[in-house]
Amino acid sequence: MPEIMEIIDLNSFLTPYLGQNAWVPGAVLFASWETIYMVFLSTLASYLIGMPLAIILVTSDEGQILENPQLNKILGSIINAARSLPFIILLILAIPFTRWVVGTSIGTVASIIPLSLAAIPFVARLVETSLKEIDWGLIEAALSMGASNWEIIRKVLIPEALPSIILGVAITAINLVGYSAMAGVLGGGGLGTLAYYHGYMRYQTAIMWITVVVLIVIVQGIQVLGNKAASNVINKRR
Amino acid sequence: MIEISNLTKIYGSSEQEVVALKDVNLYIKKGEIFGIIGLSGAGKSTLIRCINMLEKPSRGSIVVDGQAIGSLDAGKLRQVRQKIGMIFQHFNLLSSRNVFDNIMFPLEIAKVPHQEAQKKVDELLELVGLSDKARVYPEQLSGGQKQRVGIARALANDPKVLLSDEATSALDPQTTRSILKLLKDINRQLGLTIVLITHDMNVIKECCDRVAVINNSTIVEVGDVLNIFSNPGTPTSRSFINSIVNKDIPEEILHREALNHGGAASKLVRVSFIGESAGEPIISTMLQKYDIKANILYGNIDRVKDTPFGNLTLELMGSPALINDAMSFLQEYGLEVEVLNYAGNNGDY
Ligand SMILES: Nc1ncnc2c1ncn2[C@@H]1O[C@H](COP(=O)(O)OP(=O)(O)OP(=O)(O)O)[C@@H](O)[C@H]1O
Ligand SMILES: [Mg+2]
Repeated sequence: MPEIMEIIDLNSFLTPYLGQNAWVPGAVLFASWETIYMVFLSTLASYLIGMPLAIILVTSDEGQILENPQLNKILGSIINAARSLPFIILLILAIPFTRWVVGTSIGTVASIIPLSLAAIPFVARLVETSLKEIDWGLIEAALSMGASNWEIIRKVLIPEALPSIILGVAITAINLVGYSAMAGVLGGGGLGTLAYYHGYMRYQTAIMWITVVVLIVIVQGIQVLGNKAASNVINKRR
Repeated sequence: MIEISNLTKIYGSSEQEVVALKDVNLYIKKGEIFGIIGLSGAGKSTLIRCINMLEKPSRGSIVVDGQAIGSLDAGKLRQVRQKIGMIFQHFNLLSSRNVFDNIMFPLEIAKVPHQEAQKKVDELLELVGLSDKARVYPEQLSGGQKQRVGIARALANDPKVLLSDEATSALDPQTTRSILKLLKDINRQLGLTIVLITHDMNVIKECCDRVAVINNSTIVEVGDVLNIFSNPGTPTSRSFINSIVNKDIPEEILHREALNHGGAASKLVRVSFIGESAGEPIISTMLQKYDIKANILYGNIDRVKDTPFGNLTLELMGSPALINDAMSFLQEYGLEVEVLNYAGNNGDY
């Protein structure tokens, strides 16, 4: 299996982290940056695709503005199927696709592909839940004013659900931090790679623990930012 | 202005269908405030929602301002809807927009140029008395203020018709009165046709010109509010009117034992009257003209729009022939006379 060989042949890939005698804080900083970068871009990508899917899911449901039970059912099933796929399996299954898109299957840029793929169905369901909370009366009011479906989506659904959508972004990003560490074990880069190849494989326990602490800090940071952004929006509306 | 013909609306599938409206015919005149009253589940909301096609009729046609709206394509329907404002029981304001931007919303939809739209919003804020609340978000407003925003928003595109689905049902009586006054003012100032739905007869009494009573998916009575108040033709109408005007005579009066005055016959009658000229002057004239006595047992006077109307329960005493003449006299003057009881019957006839 060439993929596995490629993953194991990590010598060149690992140099930025710890060459022979690299400076540990620098390596941790670099790996943290990679994690944040991966999580940021994959969150972005998963929303770019997951959000429209969520809108289709909600609006195609029974009694909604773009009612289409068949489409709704098919899309729902695909999303459910995708969500039931364990990430580790997806990571391996996605290798050919990743290589086709990025040209390689290792490294941070390559990781963004499976991370986004894993997050898209999750995001679709998460945003769907946010959108479903909107009172049908608001949509009806917009319809009574002669709003088009697109105007309803853009001016009612999304703005009204915004605080809840923002909290969902934080949840997604936090999940992706965890996933990115898993991807790191398969050569995805970031803190996962650092912890696994140095902390674990080379018995540098300290590095492993430092990584854990940094991951906790990142997760906390995302949650605080998400809460703050959401409550800013809510407070503005009070 | 609105012509509804043979409107039928059936919800649900063929196995489990709910007939919400059955063969409804209604004509709503330009510039009137038309009330639709009925009990919960009678089909009021369905009816009003058919007028702007929020609900698609199963059968029948609806013509608004000369346009049959059932046959319009989606784009045209959106245009027509811009000219039919609607207000709601729960206001349905966007929490993501402040008052100003909420009123701006329909103008955005109608693609009104920004400058012009801003000017319009300012005017509307003035009209509904909320100029000082322009930058406030709906969450900070009281129910009455929210409904004012709802009204301003519904009027933004200068509609020809305003539909109101229980717009005051979530408000206290005093706020209800102020909102109804606003609707009346708008109706007069702008000549706007208003269709309003309610289950509260007070709302009808306060501001409607004509009313339709809907029961069990059909219109059971349509007419001038005054006529229906003074002479309800169906049990449904009667019960609505009784809910606010106590036409029922208290038990103890009907069951009076002492309806026998020294051998003279006596009759318990209810006299209903409408308008300024009606009522007590006629009764005193009657008493002067005929040699009978009258005992006022119970009375109730109310105003519908600006016309007084009410009823008096009288005990007429004297010779039976004179009593009959006196009653005809009252009827000649347009009063409605109803015999409730004969002496000694104790109310159980
Ligand atoms: N979307 C729907 N699907 C199925 N049945 C419906 C639907 N909307 C209304 N109905 C039914 O149609 C009938 C009339 O409902 P409608 O909402 O018009 O009554 P209403 O007079 O407005 O009552 P209320 O005073 O409670 O608002 C009711 O039996 C109701 O259950
Ligand atoms: Mg209703």
